Amino acid sequence: MIVAEQKSLDEIKAMLKDAKKVLAVGCGTCVTVCFAGGRNEVGVLSSSLRMAREVDGDSLTVDEVTVQRQCETEYIDGLADDVESYDAVLSLGCGVGVQSLAERFPAMRIFPALNTKFMGYPSEHGVWEERCQGCGNCILHLTGGICPVSRCSKQLFNGPCGGSQAGICEVDPDTSCAWQLIWERLGEQGLIEQLMEVEPPKDWSTSRDGGHRRIVRDDLRLPDGEEG
Amino acid sequence: MNVHFPKVNLPESPDTPPLGERSGGRLERILAAGHFAVTGEVGPPKSHDAEVIRRKARLLEGCVDAANITDNQTAVVRMSSIAAGAILLEEGIEPIIQMTCRDRNRLAIQADLLGAHALGIRNVLCLSGDHQSMGNHPGAKNVHDIDSMQLIRMVKDMRDRNVFQCGEEIKGGGPRLFVGAAANPFADPVEWRPYRLAKKAIAGADFIQTQLIYDMPAFRKYMKRAVDLGVTERLSFIAGVGPLKSSGMARFMRDRVPGMSIPDELVSRMEGVVSGIDKEQKEARRDAWRAEGIKICIEQAQEIREIEGIAGIHIMGIEWEEAIRPIAEGAGVLPRPEIE
Repeated sequence: MIVAEQKSLDEIKAMLKDAKKVLAVGCGTCVTVCFAGGRNEVGVLSSSLRMAREVDGDSLTVDEVTVQRQCETEYIDGLADDVESYDAVLSLGCGVGVQSLAERFPAMRIFPALNTKFMGYPSEHGVWEERCQGCGNCILHLTGGICPVSRCSKQLFNGPCGGSQAGICEVDPDTSCAWQLIWERLGEQGLIEQLMEVEPPKDWSTSRDGGHRRIVRDDLRLPDGEEG
Repeated sequence: MNVHFPKVNLPESPDTPPLGERSGGRLERILAAGHFAVTGEVGPPKSHDAEVIRRKARLLEGCVDAANITDNQTAVVRMSSIAAGAILLEEGIEPIIQMTCRDRNRLAIQADLLGAHALGIRNVLCLSGDHQSMGNHPGAKNVHDIDSMQLIRMVKDMRDRNVFQCGEEIKGGGPRLFVGAAANPFADPVEWRPYRLAKKAIAGADFIQTQLIYDMPAFRKYMKRAVDLGVTERLSFIAGVGPLKSSGMARFMRDRVPGMSIPDELVSRMEGVVSGIDKEQKEARRDAWRAEGIKICIEQAQEIREIEGIAGIHIMGIEWEEAIRPIAEGAGVLPRPEIE
């Protein structure tokens, strides 16, 4: 899932300082599951913002709505009827959600209430860890299902480096050395030979460096002029 | 855990010229002639002051066959290693420029290597680089376009196949660089370290310089494995030594530096030499520590010389370049041989 966390109340307050009436829009997908931008968080944040403004001797109207998926136009179309009655929209979606709203309602000011952090999963209750950077060229079949792009601090492809100690990365005592894990996993699978192969430089052209990436599936596209 | 160890096959790359015909540098010629090599290290200044390099060069004169120049070591900005290397050359000392993958992508690295050759530099040490969070620009974006293993292969291919990493021909030939790599025998998983060393040989490393070695029993075990795997037949293994400067430094390195192994006995020795000196007598304590640090380093260098598979020592002063000469002298590696 996409994992996000809420910005500080102060930062959100500052974004909204000129607004009198705000629509807070939650998202029912990833950010609901990671407790950052679902119906509950929209409620709590909206109340906090109203109270904060009151403390400042002013008032702020915050209406609340949570859509199933902020990142698809059909789910946000329903907001079109009255979105223009607001001074701003506060999105509790991920960065994709914020931009979907901005694209759909270009006249509106859309503010992000969350920092979108990474693609990951909950490793334990209340802890989420990154597992994928979307590099666009997956090598998990070579590394025992453990991703060195997202989990090695130096993105090594031929690790481990000299800073691995007792299974921990030198950069952060809470971070496992990805290459220790890869080494153990491949060892247990009897595939340690694979680690003697010098993995050549990665083709990063599928990664982040060429502007925004697209996938086009001709088999799923509709003929010209046809509506989905 | 039950880990199966791989079979190691170290085929001689058909492209690799014989030792002595790769770079033309002094370090390679020393090794090719069968001499025990001595390398040192120069940390460039956090300024544009060339005189710092010249002063350090004078301290190393006649003590080493070549000297490493660190590349923004510990992720702290310093004078560039290639620029400092060019100054070192003017002073008559052969540089080994360190090149990290942290600050440059494959374009920048290759461009710099062409420039390094043009300036007369003939050795490069290929490193991943300390993480930027350790240094003075922790908010910097790291690069890591390629890793140290891929860098080794790239430099070797530039030299031996005259190609850029993309496969395009380097008109007029690639840079003639003697390819170095680093090894830390004490990092985890420790059982894997000799294999990682073998992998660097497979990638094309001509020589290895290790991190600081203090834990002799662990190092002997590592070297035995490296020799058994045949790695020391394929590359020149240069072992890193350096003087402890105080008992505090010894404790810090033992307890806090990842991948560093310092036996308690050495910490006790460093503590012992100042036991009779009042804490207020700072200079006397410093001198006692430094003398003992040099003494330990000499003992270890002598011990390392006798270990099978060792082709040389790399003496790291770590901002104490004055220590390199007495250590080299005590280790019995002076004078350095004259070589064609």
